[in-house]
Amino acid sequence: MLELENVWKSYRVGSLGSKRLTAVRDVSFTIAPGEVLSVVGESGSGKTTIGKMVLQLISVSKGTIRLNGQDITAARHAQRKEYYRRVQGVFQDPFSSYNPIFKADRVLETVRESFFPGTSRSEWGDKVERTLLSVGLDPTAVRGKYPHQLSGGQLQRMLIARALLLDIEVLVADEIISMLDASTRIDVLNLLGDLKERGLGVLFVTHDLSLANYISERVIIMRHGAVVEMGATGKVFGDPRHPYSRNLLASVPQLHRKWADAPDELEELEPDGDRELAPPALTQVDEDHWAAAGS
Amino acid sequence: MALQVEDLRVHYRTMRGDVRALDGVSFGLEDGEIMGLAGESGCGKTTLGKSLIRLDGRMRHVGGTAVLDGEELPINDDKAMNARRFNDVSIIPQYSMSAMNPTRKIGKLTADLLRAKGKSYREVKPELVRRLELVGLSEKVLDNYPIELSGGMKQRMVMVLSTLLDPSLLIADEVTSALDVSNQKAVAETLVRFRDLGFVKSMIVVTHDLSLVYQIADTIMIMYAGQVVEKAPADTIIKSPSHPYTQALIGALPEVGLEYGDKRLKSIPGKPPQLLNPPTGCRFRARCPLAHDRCAEEPPAVQIADDHVASCWKVES
Ligand SMILES: Nc1ncnc2c1ncn2[C@@H]1O[C@H](COP(=O)(O)OP(=O)(O)OP(=O)(O)O)[C@@H](O)[C@H]1O
Ligand SMILES: Nc1ncnc2c1ncn2[C@@H]1O[C@H](COP(=O)(O)OP(=O)(O)OP(=O)(O)O)[C@@H](O)[C@H]1O
Ligand code: SF4
Ligand SMILES: [Mg+2]
Ligand SMILES: [Mg+2]
Repeated sequence: MLELENVWKSYRVGSLGSKRLTAVRDVSFTIAPGEVLSVVGESGSGKTTIGKMVLQLISVSKGTIRLNGQDITAARHAQRKEYYRRVQGVFQDPFSSYNPIFKADRVLETVRESFFPGTSRSEWGDKVERTLLSVGLDPTAVRGKYPHQLSGGQLQRMLIARALLLDIEVLVADEIISMLDASTRIDVLNLLGDLKERGLGVLFVTHDLSLANYISERVIIMRHGAVVEMGATGKVFGDPRHPYSRNLLASVPQLHRKWADAPDELEELEPDGDRELAPPALTQVDEDHWAAAGS
Repeated sequence: MALQVEDLRVHYRTMRGDVRALDGVSFGLEDGEIMGLAGESGCGKTTLGKSLIRLDGRMRHVGGTAVLDGEELPINDDKAMNARRFNDVSIIPQYSMSAMNPTRKIGKLTADLLRAKGKSYREVKPELVRRLELVGLSEKVLDNYPIELSGGMKQRMVMVLSTLLDPSLLIADEVTSALDVSNQKAVAETLVRFRDLGFVKSMIVVTHDLSLVYQIADTIMIMYAGQVVEKAPADTIIKSPSHPYTQALIGALPEVGLEYGDKRLKSIPGKPPQLLNPPTGCRFRARCPLAHDRCAEEPPAVQIADDHVASCWKVES
C-alpha cells in the first residue's frame, strides 16, 4: 500500500534559485495492491512531480510518503536499493531516460547484476524474453540494438519491460503509452491489467481520459498543483462536479463528434492564485467521490 | 500537388543488414492538405518524416523520389537539403519539447536558429511576436528558459519557430501526445489555423491519437511495416476503412464514457514482421483474418475511389 499524506513540493527556479514555484500542494491519496490510480490534469499541474517524489528522484518539501506503513522520505541511502526492488518508474520521454551508449541487452543484464546476482544467465535470458514478449516486442528484433535504433514506441516498451523484470509492488507509469499505436496500447494496458490482478499497484499518469477510463478503478484530477476532484473512475467521469473536470471531459476528442461541428462551451475557471496557500478542501459529494470547493 | 512521393525506399544500415524502414512508399499531398499519418509503432512514420528533412547518418536512400512543389527533394544530398530545411520543409520532431536546450533563453535559441539560416533576428522579430500572440504567448516568453514554460506553451513555441519562414510542408511528429486534452486541442487547432493563414501550405501530422487527428485532418494515411496500406479522407478511414489492418486499428480504440468493467478491449494478435528481412507478399498476412493464398504475393494498390487507395487483395475498386 502506497500512501501520500499532505504532500507538498516547491522547486527553486530563476537564477540562483531566487524564486520558488510550488508544484504540488497538499496532495493525499493511497494506492492499494492491485489498484490502478490514474492521475490526469493540465500540463504543469504537478503529475510528474508526484511520480518523481514517489520514486525518490526528488525530495518532498512537506508531508509524508509511506510504503506499507514505512516512511520512505526518511529512508537512508542504503535502503534505496531495497526500495527500488519494490517500486519502479517509467517516464514519458524514453530517449532521455535511457543511457544511449548501452545496447538493450546490456541494459537488461544490468538489472540482473544489481538485483538478481544469484540468477543464472540462461534463466535470466528466459525471463527477459518472456517479459519482452509480454510488452509486444520481438526479442530478436530489439536485443542487439542501441536506443537510437529503436522507434519511440519500441524504446518505451523496453523501459516498461526493464521495470517489470523486478517483481515490483508499485509502478509509476508517467505517460508511458501515449507513444504507442492503438493496438499496442491495448496490449500494454491489458498487461497492466494482468499484473494488477497479481497485486501490482500502479500510479498511472496520463492525459488520455479514455485510457484512464479503461484501466483504472480510481482517478485523480489535478490543477495548479492541487487535487480538484477524485474518486471512483465511473463517478468522476460520469458525474464530474468540478468545472475544471467538466472542461477537461468536454475537450476529449471523440470519433463520433467533431470539434468543428459543435463548439463546446467551456466554463470560466478560477485563475491560479497564491500557491503557498492551502488549496480548497475536498468535500465528499458521493460514495468514493470527492470534489474541491468551488464546484 | 504540393508533395508527390513515389516508391520511396529508405533503409537503416546495421551490422546484420539493412532495416527496410521505408519500403516502397507512395502518396500525394494536395496544396493545403492536412494529412494524418498513423500506424503500428515502428512502422516507419518517423523515418518518413526524417527522410523528407534530413537523413541521419545511418539512413540510406535506396530508391524512389519526393517532389515538392514541382522540384525533386535532394534526399541524398545533406548540403542541398540544408538550404531547403525551414525554408521549404520543416519538422517538429518527436520529443522536441525535451530537446530544447534548457540553459539558453528562448529568444537566444531563436536567434541561433535564424542565424544558422542566414536570417536576422531583428528583422524577423516583429513577425515572431505577432505569431506568438496569435498562439496566446506574450513576447515575454523570449526571456524565459524552456523549463519555465508548461508543456503546452513549449509546444506552441516550437510550432511558431518551425513555421516562421513559411515552409511549404510541415511535418509534425507526435506533437500532441505529451499534452493534456485542452492543450492538445489548442495545439491541434493552431495547426489548422497556421494552414488557413498560409504559414504552411500542407502538413503531415504523425500521431497515434486517431480520434484527435480525425478532428483536424483532411485525409489519413495508415502505414504498416514500412509500407502504406491505406489513404483516404479522414471520415472514410474512421467510419468505413477498407484495409483489414486499418479496420483492426480503429477497432482497438477505447472511448471515454463507456463502462468497461472487467471487459478487455482486443488488440491485434501477433506482431508486425521484422524489417530486417521482411517476408514477401502482404506484410499483414500473418495477422490478417482474411488472409488467403493470394496474399503470398505483393497486394496491388487498389484505387477504390479518386481519393481512396488501399493495398489488399480483398479490396475491390
Ligand atoms: N526541475 C524543476 N525545476 C523547476 N521547476 C520545475 C521543475 N520540474 C518541474 N517544474 C515545474 O513544476 C510544475 C509542475 O511540473 P510537472 O512536470 O510535475 O507537471 P505535469 O503535470 O507532469 O505536466 P505535463 O502534463 O506537462 O507533463 C511546472 O510548472 C514545471 O514547470
Ligand atoms: N538507427 C536505426 N538503426 C536500425 N533500425 C532503426 C533505426 N532507427 C529506426 N529503426 C527501425 O526502423 C523502424 C521504423 O522506425 P520509426 O522510428 O520510423 O518508427 P515509427 O513508425 O516512427 O514508430 P513510433 O510510432 O514507435 O515512433 C523500426 O522498426 C525501428 O526499429
Ligand atoms: S492482402 Fe491478404 S493478408 Fe493482406 S490485408 Fe489483404 S486480405 Fe489480409
Ligand atoms: Mg509530466
Ligand atoms: Mg516515431
